[in-house]
Amino acid sequence: MLFKTASSPHNNQAYTVDQIMQRVLLALIPGTIAAIVFFGWGVFINIIIASITALTCEALMLNLRGRPIKPYLTDGSAMVTACLLALALPQLAPWWLTVIGTAFAIIFAKHLYGGLGFNPFNPAMAGYVVVIISFPREMTQWVPPLVEGYTHLNFIETFRLIFTGIAPDRFAWDAITMATPMDILKIQLGLELSINDIHQHQTYGPLFGSISGIGWEWINGLFLASGIWLAYKRIIDWRIPVGILGMLFFLSNSFALYDYASFTPPTFHLFSGGIMLGAFFIATDPVTASTTPKGRWLFGMGVGILIFIIRTWGGYPDGIAFAVLLMNLAAPLLDYYTMPRAYGHHWYEIPGYHKEDQDE
Amino acid sequence: MTEQSNRLSTFHGGLKLDGHKTMSLTSPIGKAVIPAKVIIPLHQHIGDTGELLVKEGDKVLKGQPLTLSSSYVSAPVHASTSGTIVKITDHKIPHPSGLSAPCVIIETDGKDEWTEVSPVEDFRQLDATELRNRIRHAGIVGLGGAAFPTAVKLNPGPDQKIDTVIFNGAECEPYITCDDMLMRERADDVISGIQISLYALNTNNGIIAIENNKPEAIGALNQAIKKSNATNIKVISMPTLYPTGGEKQLIKVITGKEVPGNGLPADIGIIVQNVGTMAAIHQAIHFGKPLISRIVTITGKGIKKPQNLETLIGTPMADLIAQCGGYKDDAEHLVMGGPMMGFTLTTDQLPVIKGCNCLLVETSELQKKSRPTMPCIRCGECVRVCPASLLPQQLYWYASSKNFDKVQDYHLFDCIECGCCAQVCPSQIPLVQYYRFAKTEIWNLERERQKSDHARMRHDFRQARLDKEKQEREERLRKKKEMLAKKQQQENAESGEEDPKKAAIEAALARVKAKKEQAGLTPKNTDNLTAGQQKLIEEADKRRNQSKAE
Repeated sequence: MLFKTASSPHNNQAYTVDQIMQRVLLALIPGTIAAIVFFGWGVFINIIIASITALTCEALMLNLRGRPIKPYLTDGSAMVTACLLALALPQLAPWWLTVIGTAFAIIFAKHLYGGLGFNPFNPAMAGYVVVIISFPREMTQWVPPLVEGYTHLNFIETFRLIFTGIAPDRFAWDAITMATPMDILKIQLGLELSINDIHQHQTYGPLFGSISGIGWEWINGLFLASGIWLAYKRIIDWRIPVGILGMLFFLSNSFALYDYASFTPPTFHLFSGGIMLGAFFIATDPVTASTTPKGRWLFGMGVGILIFIIRTWGGYPDGIAFAVLLMNLAAPLLDYYTMPRAYGHHWYEIPGYHKEDQDE
Repeated sequence: MTEQSNRLSTFHGGLKLDGHKTMSLTSPIGKAVIPAKVIIPLHQHIGDTGELLVKEGDKVLKGQPLTLSSSYVSAPVHASTSGTIVKITDHKIPHPSGLSAPCVIIETDGKDEWTEVSPVEDFRQLDATELRNRIRHAGIVGLGGAAFPTAVKLNPGPDQKIDTVIFNGAECEPYITCDDMLMRERADDVISGIQISLYALNTNNGIIAIENNKPEAIGALNQAIKKSNATNIKVISMPTLYPTGGEKQLIKVITGKEVPGNGLPADIGIIVQNVGTMAAIHQAIHFGKPLISRIVTITGKGIKKPQNLETLIGTPMADLIAQCGGYKDDAEHLVMGGPMMGFTLTTDQLPVIKGCNCLLVETSELQKKSRPTMPCIRCGECVRVCPASLLPQQLYWYASSKNFDKVQDYHLFDCIECGCCAQVCPSQIPLVQYYRFAKTEIWNLERERQKSDHARMRHDFRQARLDKEKQEREERLRKKKEMLAKKQQQENAESGEEDPKKAAIEAALARVKAKKEQAGLTPKNTDNLTAGQQKLIEEADKRRNQSKAE
């Protein structure tokens, strides 16, 4: 009898890439549902548009590159990119904006660099940055949460608005869209209003809940919970989110302690905008993050510092995309200098470090 | 006595694996039947092959040496049963590449008749050198799988003091149970072999290291220690974690020390020996019997009756499988060694060798689970499990791009090929394969470099020798000339007048010159030119000068 040959080890107990991506998608569901509940059907429509675009572009690029389509299309990585990008976009973003962002993410940020595993930048965030720089006005089309006194569109109205840009007659355009609580806080703090004043404000006050913006608290809380589940399942590395959130908390807390009235409090930082999505789902993208344990700490802390800087002094209210992309740039360097000490070796035997340099 | 495991150290990473050990533990060690033919490869160990002592047609007895080791790192092989040598030829051996190698093929006579043996009553009467010689002639090699000659390991050299000897009974690979069964059933032999080793190494600190999933073996050994009143040996129970049985990892767990990157355990005063090897030493010293059999675990989901068999070296694997009830219908892979580090064989028409601890038959169930290889997504699972604290994903990156300098920067040669990284890889990349490839390529390059260095050195030597000879010749010539000149001067000084010969030559030269002048200058082709020709030449000269100036 002739036996088949294979390379050792002769069993495999690991997750496959598909299973990893499936679990990430699964973990996105609770937060996404909260986003739909609080901010309407726009979120859902964005995800559908982004998913169709992503899968189409993925298939197209695989075909152009002469790669097998089925195993790569079903690995789920394009879907993850699509969902992350869609969740980062304003609920009423026009359809072409979502398509452009997603297509850029898949075609340019992913496939032109060699596809899955070879892209230096987080595709979803690269796509996001392209649209936020190119279409700043459309990128402000956020809707107010489901609270008294604000307008809400039903599914048909939302669908029509996204695809045709025509708002229903019964509402004024100004009533439909509304800046996010983070935006408001940033602008009003810039206008020398104190945190307290903003909370008491006639127009903006009702947007704020007990922790951060209404709705955003829930979305971030649920992404936090499912992110912890992912880390527990070892789908993502816990060091990156802990580094980001820890650093963001430390910095925002320090500044808030220094001047409570004019700096955003840490609780608001940790439960506003896309922070939990960013910390657990975006920055943890293994392809573009650092891979060594120490490198992941530094990567996470770097993202945390940059988010705080951009949010506090930068030109954008959230800044996760820029923070992640900037740290993506640093990842190869971090990996190189944070190589773990190998068994039987001294720590100075890492490449690029020479003991002689130290002795001088 | 068994020490508690709370004082133990840990190594980085590792994997908790399903043991699958019970399936081959249900029956005691059986005895493999004597096959019709035994095929004994001349080379079954690390080191050089011995010189052949027999020829075709010879009758041999059980235990009779077939080769003689002339070099230091080598081990002889012996006839594992009595019979007639029918052929000495190349035969397929268990090797990842399915190589053939010289083998002695013996047709057995079924009598299993022993050759003359010389047992030792009390090994303490002999000195360490004599003991090592006996172990060497008994052909004993490490039975854990690496098959390094044991006598060499027992001789660490005069400048290395060994203070601890660890006896490896970890058996951390799934499925394999041959050491477990040996320790359960032949604990006395193991302890006796350990005493001989400790004596030969002149140390009093023997540690038997066993994973805590083998309580029966731990109990049996403790009892044997008590019975022989051995105060110099203790049993340590360790947590079950793959690859605790790896030499470097075992040393870390037991002593907390690390073997230096390019060093050997002996550099830090430690030697690690397999427990099976100890039982073989006991046989060799107390009974004078060479290593002609070993316990082999025949197991796996594709075999009908998994069990351990005491097997004669050279027994065809097919015979063992048959004795274990044969293959199940879905048997698909035959692996020598364990599932993590063993290699697949294409056929079972191969002999059992000294390093063969396990025959594992895997089923097609495995194939169904696996998916095509995907690109590395740098998830870092491999980093988490690597017991050598390496960065497997970087090693893979540089090995696949054939960047052999970088891959060594990332400590490729500290990789023990345990397979943990490939086991957890979500992209199903055969990582260990890449590392083996890179190591082989680097060794080849190194060999090439050595060869060219050697050639260059030889060339340089030759050049230097030629230069030296030339210099010497010139020196000799110069000295001779000097001597002649001196002599001449002396002669001239003595005669007090000009050299008559020289004067004659000068006179002759003067005559020739005068004659030439008389005849006019030698005609040239530029003489007597027309005006046009002269002009052309001038122009050409001008051009030439111009182009030179440019």
